[in-house]
Amino acid sequence: MGSRLFQALADGVLGGGVYGLMAVGLTLIFGVLDIINIAQGILVILGSYLSYVLWAHLHIDVFLGLLITIPLMFVLGVAIQWFFIRPLRGRERTSMSLLASYSVAIIIEGLLYQVFGSNYQSIQTKYFTNTIKVFGYYIPYIYLYGFGLAVLFVAAVYYMLYRTQFGRSVRATMQDQTAARLIGIDVNRVAALTFGIGVAVTAAGGMVYGSINSFSPNSGADLISRLLAIIILGGMGSIVGALGAAVIMITLESLVDVFWNPNWSVVVFYAVLVLVLVFRPQGILGRKEARAQ
Amino acid sequence: MSASRPMSASPMSASPMNASPVRANAIWRIAAAVALLAVVAAVPLTSNVTLVHVGVFVLMYVGMAVSWNIFSGFSGYISLGYAVFFGSGLYTVAIFSKHLNLTGSTVFAFLPVGAVVAGVIAIPVGLIALRVRRHTFVVITIAIFFIFQLMAYNFGFTGGSAGILPPYLNWDPNTFNNPFYYIALIVAVGSMVLAWGIWGSRFGLQLRAIRDDEDRARGLGVKTMRVKLIAFVISALIAGVLGGLYFYFQQEALPEFAFNPFLDLTIALMVFVGGFGTLWGPVFGALLLEPYLGYAQLQISNSYVSEIVLGGLFLFVILVLPRGILPTAREKLTALRAGQQRRSAAKGASPPSGMTASTVQAGSGSPSTGSMR
Amino acid sequence: MTLLRAEGICKAFGGVQALRDCSIDVEEGSIAGLIGPNGSGKTTLFNMITGYGRVDSGDVYLNEKKITNLPPDKVFALGIGRTFQLTRVFHRLTVMENMIVAAHHKERSGQQGSGRSLNPFARAGGPATRKRAMELLEFTGIAKLAGDRAETLSYGQRKLLELSYVMIADPEIILLDEPAGGVNPTLIGTIADRIRELNKQGTTFLIVEHNMEFVMGLCDRVTVLDFGCPVVTGPPDVIRNDHRVLDAYLGTAEEDDDSSAA
Repeated sequence: MGSRLFQALADGVLGGGVYGLMAVGLTLIFGVLDIINIAQGILVILGSYLSYVLWAHLHIDVFLGLLITIPLMFVLGVAIQWFFIRPLRGRERTSMSLLASYSVAIIIEGLLYQVFGSNYQSIQTKYFTNTIKVFGYYIPYIYLYGFGLAVLFVAAVYYMLYRTQFGRSVRATMQDQTAARLIGIDVNRVAALTFGIGVAVTAAGGMVYGSINSFSPNSGADLISRLLAIIILGGMGSIVGALGAAVIMITLESLVDVFWNPNWSVVVFYAVLVLVLVFRPQGILGRKEARAQ
Repeated sequence: MSASRPMSASPMSASPMNASPVRANAIWRIAAAVALLAVVAAVPLTSNVTLVHVGVFVLMYVGMAVSWNIFSGFSGYISLGYAVFFGSGLYTVAIFSKHLNLTGSTVFAFLPVGAVVAGVIAIPVGLIALRVRRHTFVVITIAIFFIFQLMAYNFGFTGGSAGILPPYLNWDPNTFNNPFYYIALIVAVGSMVLAWGIWGSRFGLQLRAIRDDEDRARGLGVKTMRVKLIAFVISALIAGVLGGLYFYFQQEALPEFAFNPFLDLTIALMVFVGGFGTLWGPVFGALLLEPYLGYAQLQISNSYVSEIVLGGLFLFVILVLPRGILPTAREKLTALRAGQQRRSAAKGASPPSGMTASTVQAGSGSPSTGSMR
Repeated sequence: MTLLRAEGICKAFGGVQALRDCSIDVEEGSIAGLIGPNGSGKTTLFNMITGYGRVDSGDVYLNEKKITNLPPDKVFALGIGRTFQLTRVFHRLTVMENMIVAAHHKERSGQQGSGRSLNPFARAGGPATRKRAMELLEFTGIAKLAGDRAETLSYGQRKLLELSYVMIADPEIILLDEPAGGVNPTLIGTIADRIRELNKQGTTFLIVEHNMEFVMGLCDRVTVLDFGCPVVTGPPDVIRNDHRVLDAYLGTAEEDDDSSAA
């Protein structure tokens, strides 16, 4: 029982860290641009496929491959924002951008189906097959490295936000776009770059995800639902909230998985979301916004 | 001295001052509508089974688009959970038909049951989902959709991934589609009438006010939660009926078809293409898109391409025609007319009439504006 | 007789004390003015009175009945109307429809006949409501725009619309937040006339404004707010010449200038 508990917790915390990384990108985008990037899920999967291609066909180590995939995804993110989100104007920008990102998501999904087919892939690296024994349970290295990577990236995002000039612009834009414009911040540039950063972290998340799970283009939908639930729970726009909620939710799901019934773990996941929202519509760390739009 | 324009935005009302021309206009409109209805209703008489089959889908989508719009379009709360109620209605009818071993035309008697179940489910769902901001609302509807899809896969009484099959309907294959066609037609027309009735009613006005400024509406005494919830339930009721109908039409209940993530997207796309939040937009969008989408699905067996096309189309509409085809077309028309009046006024000796000046200033402000909403 | 009274209102937002021990009272049938530099708490006071936010301490009384912290719809129903600095109209609805929405609670209280108020699917706006709406729209001069969507109105016309729809509920007192702000000069004169006219017919007003001419020419009594606290209250002539007012707006001078200029 003890080792099962440990297994569940380890899976939960470590897995939660990786989900947290992906959720941080999503919540950052929301905080700055006030839009929900539904494409985040499928972009993770795209990251997985990119890492897969580099690993399977070019035999590049997955961690090294990040040096290629991260910049690629960054550019893709900037492009998506620039061409499909930025042009949206009008009073219902937020709803429209949501639909726009949804459309981008299904386009990418369709393209992935076209190129890779619907079979499940996985990245079978030595990081997964080699394990380290802790408390009677074997933890694959990828979990630890993945968690470490997540911590590294979140720390990097924090550093960027709080220690750099650009980060200051981002935080200013998060607080008040108009005011930020008035003090000379190029809000468009900040928006595009932030979106790029939010998407770039999905490359790392995708690599880890693809090394642990088998994936297909279909996996994007499940992923985005979880990520959305996580950021809502943690409070949209809150990076700490996203991280915390990710670890808590994935651990909870893992516990249900191990001790109750794997079929229901996902339902529990969403049920918790719904429950929290009944009592606290703004999420755990969210601000109580005026319900303008 | 009151204005000589009709005061309400309702399409068919007329002020007593302009009785004759406006009433004649209305009579022509009603006559045209009746004629159109007769033509549509006569389609099954052509014995063209494929045509009727396509017609069922088109009519169903008209009903779905209009009912989706009654909630989402009027209130501005985009819901991506319509499939929750569609699927609930579908499974309700499926379960009843299996356990009661329904055959023959009694099958349709259970459509209202499907509607009621969907409507009942809509109440707690709405109470939870409608308390949050608009974009959180969308996400909650997505989350709830996934919960329902998962439940359909995992619960015993839904048959799990094998689903439920109806008892065999011993109907003539040549006319099999016909009852579905008529029911779908009734639902489609009924939804349109309902939407039109809601539009001009006090309830509908409050709903539309909520879209424009919910807090101000609440401050003026509108019971916003109640209004939103009622619209949400109405939308769900119609979804339930159509879901139940779809069960018999497709002769199966499977989780991935009953709770299909693309359903909401497709409906939303149709409504946006036609004109989100307008009266005729959903109808136009459904009529325009469903024949193509249905055809594409049959011809392009590779559904992934149709996925890409759907996404691309949606992006195009959002970026290029955000208000939809009908409102954009009307705006262009009004601008054209205003331009003409300006030109003729500049040429002519008489000074521009008060009407022209205000049309030029106000842009799209004309009384007939009301009818197309 | 005092119609509206706010007593000792304190309100802080995070570290900012927007209102400190702020009191004001408005005589029935008067036009009261509320002026003060930016950030002095005028709109916050309005928000507290009309329920768009909870007070930290203090009370609001309408006809000596405590109405502190009531939600905006209850405040509106009790007879306090309010406009906003940035006009809030229902932009996709027509001018007439805007009026009908605001008349909603009047209709509910059965003034149109009991059947109508119970049936949500009844046509929006009964004949009596529409008649009254047209009367008000003619009064404010935008009747010819009744069928136009509110978003097509000019800024000044929207201000008139907001005034009109607040009026349709027959409020006892109307709080106007910068009615003249951003409006062209001729229209300002019209707005002032309308306010005077409505006041003659019995409506009390409390007006926040920056336009000194507007305030001084219209109000019976003016209160000056500075840093969330009332500094001085009195008729326009007295206020005009009070050095504390100038101090509030311009800041205290190093040397004691001759500050009797208006």
